[in-house]
Amino acid sequence: MVATSTEFVIERPQGWLGRVLEFARRNPTVVIGTSILALMAAVAVFAPWLATDPLFINPIDRLKPPSKEFWFGTDHLGRDVYARTVFGTRISLTVGLAVATFSTAIGLAIGLVAGYIRIVDAIVMRIMDGLMAIPGILFAIALMALFGSSVQNVIIAITVPEVPRVVRLVRAVVLTIREQPFVEAAVASGTRLPRILVRHILPNIFAPLIVQATYVCASAVIVEALLSFLGAGTPPEVPSWGNMMADGRVYFQIKPWILLFPGICLALMVLTVNVLGDGLRDTLDPRIARRMG
Amino acid sequence: MAEAATFERAPTPGAEPGRPILEVDDLRVHFYTRDGIVRAVEGVSFTLNRGETLGIVGESGCGKSVTAMSMLQLLPQPPAKIESGTVLFEGRDLLTLSDRKIRNVRGNEISMIFQEPMTSLNPVLTIGLQITESIVLHQGLSKKAANQRAAEMLELVRIPDPKQRLGEYPHQLSGGMRQRVMIAMALSCNPKVLIADEPTTALDVTIQAQILNLMLELKKDLGAAIILITHDLGVIAETAERVVVMYAGRKVEEAKVKDLFSRPLHPYTHGLMGSIPRLNEVVEEGATRRLQEIEGTVPSLIEPIPGCAFAPRCTFATARCHREAPPLEQHRPDHWAACWETERLEALRHGPE
Repeated sequence: MVATSTEFVIERPQGWLGRVLEFARRNPTVVIGTSILALMAAVAVFAPWLATDPLFINPIDRLKPPSKEFWFGTDHLGRDVYARTVFGTRISLTVGLAVATFSTAIGLAIGLVAGYIRIVDAIVMRIMDGLMAIPGILFAIALMALFGSSVQNVIIAITVPEVPRVVRLVRAVVLTIREQPFVEAAVASGTRLPRILVRHILPNIFAPLIVQATYVCASAVIVEALLSFLGAGTPPEVPSWGNMMADGRVYFQIKPWILLFPGICLALMVLTVNVLGDGLRDTLDPRIARRMG
Repeated sequence: MAEAATFERAPTPGAEPGRPILEVDDLRVHFYTRDGIVRAVEGVSFTLNRGETLGIVGESGCGKSVTAMSMLQLLPQPPAKIESGTVLFEGRDLLTLSDRKIRNVRGNEISMIFQEPMTSLNPVLTIGLQITESIVLHQGLSKKAANQRAAEMLELVRIPDPKQRLGEYPHQLSGGMRQRVMIAMALSCNPKVLIADEPTTALDVTIQAQILNLMLELKKDLGAAIILITHDLGVIAETAERVVVMYAGRKVEEAKVKDLFSRPLHPYTHGLMGSIPRLNEVVEEGATRRLQEIEGTVPSLIEPIPGCAFAPRCTFATARCHREAPPLEQHRPDHWAACWETERLEALRHGPE
């Protein structure tokens, strides 16, 4: 470390690596969450190199328990559960990230305007109340029935009910920020409305929004699995964790591995995203972190 | 001051000091609330001359800030409504300007400094970004030139290391520093009028003096006129040339600062002066002098007040005061007051004239 002349000088970690380590020491949950998520992302990206064809059917090897050849066993069609679990990571992550991205982006845009312009607020918030009244899963099933099942439709079906939640959060933050003297000062210096929204209010929303995005992501992963499990999600030929658990449901008492491994992965992913969200919340809002001790 | 050279403006015709630059006439602002109509400003008129410092004093809730805000159309309408009045600024009525035109006045020709230096700066933006914003907006300078200008402004308000400060965030500055930044922002476009709404209230006393002196010096260098809104008569005495005293949304007295302090004509002004603590007062052995307060509180502005608004708290009040509103009359050269009983007040204090 750095040699200091006075003993009261706080030693600041030097260099890029030093700063990363210092951050990790202060925010272990964020680092752990990010690492596990990064690992899962790597698995999703490199799936073809990590596993064999998840769609390859081999009836001779059906319902085999975990072994050297089939690490997670095989299902009722003789498909490799390990390969399907690895490829399933892709679906869950894609849906989770896509829903989080789209719903925060749309919700942010609507919430910003609604929070600042009174008339827009009155109209938009009633529409949002209406959207929130629709049960998400029923809506998804209806959408699947109308447009057929595809990953794209699953993303849309989950995004729509999430948008109002984001809108509400953004609007609430805007309503408090807009009363701040610095916004008044910006208005008094002749700044135009769009610029006030983007320049002065938007940066103050990022912290709660990022945290909300992680929760949306976790919830989207679960809902996707749930929809697939019900047969209203991703098409049956796509190896998603929900589909696999639905396939394994009937054999659960005698061949539990078909359901168990995707289940564990699902739980792990949701837990990781939630832990990351909590960590981010504490890191981005030092007031909460202090209160928690 | 060497830096002042950069801020020279071509002399505009009629720019000599003493000519009015801002004329507020019969301004009436009401708020339509659920409880009723709040008559926040009831027919206030005053004139601001070029290069002058005009003080507006009064207790909280007497309409000082509402007057200032309405001049730049900064009040949200509704609930606020400007019932009558004109605010003439260089021949234009600010109250009727379009949204686009008033934005060009705000921060450019007339700028404001607010009370809370702690919250008047956006916590997530750098100082530099916030100062350059209005420079780019109103002066059309490039980013680079605006940055240069911002650094000059910071230097002008005596912030050391201006270049480095531009990249810092508000939380890295002290309260006094932040108020200096606010002043730098307000002055960055060479405003002709600077409205300072309680600029020193949130600062501690030593910093208050520094900030006030700074404002006065800059005023001299840049030739701006200042409207200083405050409830602190001490601040007024040190800085203003003329004073408007407001009570319950009305102007009750107007005078040159010397006249006001030597011979206040309105009992309210008189009462305000009794509530200033004095350091150099000789107190007799054993005797204690308590700070005088004005009994009672500011009346509700929802009920229409038929007579003098101050009558319920006034020791000189007569039946007539409760019945009839006293008109604003000139009692001495440049000294106006709205009170029926000025003679009695004067007689009590100085003996008959």
